[in-house]
Amino acid sequence: MNRIKEKFNLLKATNKKAFITFITAGDPSLSVTERLVLEMDRSGVDVVELGVPFSDPTADGPRIQASSMRSLKAGTTLAKILNLVKKIRKKSKIPLVLMTYYNPVYAYGIKKFARDAACAGVDGVIVPDLPPEEALELIKESRRFNLANIFLLAPTSTKERIKKVIQKGSGFIYYVSLTGVTGERKTIPPDLYKKLKEIKSLTRKPVAVGFGVSRAAQIKSILKKADGVIVGSALVGIIEKNSNRKTLYKEFNKKIDLFSKIIHFACKER
Amino acid sequence: MTIPNKKGYFGGFGGCFVPEVLIPALKELSKAYGDARKDKKFIKELDLLLHHYAGRPTPLYFAKRLSQTLGSDTRVYLKREDLAHTGAHKINNTLGQVLLAKRMGKKRIIAETGAGQHGVATATAAAMMGFPCEVYMGEEDIGRQALNVFRMKLLGAKVISVVSGSRTLKDSINEAMRDWVTNVRTTYYVIGSVVGPEPYPRMVRDFQSVIGKETKRQIVQAEGRLPDYLVACVGGGSNSIGLFHPFYKTKAKFIGVEAAGLGVNTHKHAATLGKGRVGVLHGSKSYVLEDKFGQINIAHSISAGLDYPGVGPEHSFYKNTHRAKYVSITDKEAVNAFKMLSEIEGIIPALEPSHALAWVKKFAPTLSKNKIIVVCLSGRGDKDVDIIADYESHKRKI
Repeated sequence: MNRIKEKFNLLKATNKKAFITFITAGDPSLSVTERLVLEMDRSGVDVVELGVPFSDPTADGPRIQASSMRSLKAGTTLAKILNLVKKIRKKSKIPLVLMTYYNPVYAYGIKKFARDAACAGVDGVIVPDLPPEEALELIKESRRFNLANIFLLAPTSTKERIKKVIQKGSGFIYYVSLTGVTGERKTIPPDLYKKLKEIKSLTRKPVAVGFGVSRAAQIKSILKKADGVIVGSALVGIIEKNSNRKTLYKEFNKKIDLFSKIIHFACKER
Repeated sequence: MTIPNKKGYFGGFGGCFVPEVLIPALKELSKAYGDARKDKKFIKELDLLLHHYAGRPTPLYFAKRLSQTLGSDTRVYLKREDLAHTGAHKINNTLGQVLLAKRMGKKRIIAETGAGQHGVATATAAAMMGFPCEVYMGEEDIGRQALNVFRMKLLGAKVISVVSGSRTLKDSINEAMRDWVTNVRTTYYVIGSVVGPEPYPRMVRDFQSVIGKETKRQIVQAEGRLPDYLVACVGGGSNSIGLFHPFYKTKAKFIGVEAAGLGVNTHKHAATLGKGRVGVLHGSKSYVLEDKFGQINIAHSISAGLDYPGVGPEHSFYKNTHRAKYVSITDKEAVNAFKMLSEIEGIIPALEPSHALAWVKKFAPTLSKNKIIVVCLSGRGDKDVDIIADYESHKRKI
């Protein structure tokens, strides 16, 4: 079974919610990324999304844009990230998802990408600028290699779109909490619950909420309706601020341990 | 054959590669545009604006002295888009799109701009129809197109300096898309070229096709026949598609002239069709300038309007089906053509169409007798005089 599916089954059986994280692979270096993934595994993170940097990240806010640029400057490529995944797989079974824009995947070759990613130990793919209509080839190749195709839904998605994304997607549904780019926000958009309720009424697939999620109160309240939350910019911010490795690991661990407690505890409180 | 097809594909190029949040907005736009095209009232209103406000039809001018220098009895006509209101062809598209935004009940207009011509044309249309307008412009372009920045401000628009990436047109599009993703419910994004996700490439083409439609009428009136060559510069490719498209089914040869910058064998050029590979940028599949890992390269041209590492999908389709031929012209050749036209015809062209003129200057003497060439003079050169002065003084120093 696909590791993402297995993880969500396990979480459901134990009445828990998923803690999903995002960091850009190769920011500031691939060896730091390796260590951070292992720390996240230890801390109880359920799924890790590794960002494959792209020169023109139109769906990202300033923080992840800057992170992508640092990674590209360090010479990160898709092939090097797949090598990193191979290395991590020797030490960890944590579900790993690659999140990238379509052009680096297209340049690599879709068939080759699906095969190499699966062989390296990747479990799923998120491509924000590739809606299901344009993803036919990627879906076909991903199915062959048991890679999950995680598609996004947004506050503007109509019922027709929701149905389509549910039908084409696998792994989990990524609900974008707001109309906007990635980055921390103070509040939760008012229409979030209504939309989550609508989506949940149409599918039994797990739904995780990302974009703008970073505060304890937000997380607790989102998890009343969703099956998981995705935290990205808040973690990338820690990488940005700590150029010293020692303090980076310390600060990073403190943050993920805290989130882990909130998320896994939130479920017990219900 | 209808191009594009229902999914927005011109052959294998085009499509709709955008984040989910924009999909409903693009469907709404596609439907609204479809309805508007069939609405006689909308068409009439746009026609009146183009006529009384933008000054259309623009003249098709026989460039007698230019033709004489080329020999072989070649006759060169200039389609005078430089005489349209705001000084370039961009107004054809922005009047159409802002009128559509009004029809759709949108409250705010945003746009990206490279040379500033599209920004000025959008700010103009927004001012005239009473919309607040914000224009994204790369910091680098703001520096080299100061006149247009000031014009936009005079027109009441807010110019937002883009400091991400290469700080040129590609990054302004990224930033405008981020704005649109955020404010999609109230905001209309006026894309300035035949690029972007479906329906933009075909919609902008339709609005710009007025150039080719007028040319067809005017050249038949002047010469009693259709031209042999249509020549236009290609950055994103809106003035060229506007000229070419109405001639698609004729025998006229299409020549698209890209910017070779310092030379296509250097890293400093913008010859996307000549040197690029197929990729996905800004919402559609087309030729792009990229490295082997799919990271977009930074383009270079002395002309800010051609300084773009992507190109409209319809051009990629024309290239692969050999309907058009794409060539390139260096900064130096373009500057020489700029000066030549100023001196022998009394017309100061923008640096963008100077590339098209340079091709004519270079290749017309090799043509057989009695050819008719139409060049799209897409804009006037006032905005470029500082760049030319800089270029000249730099040359003198070397």
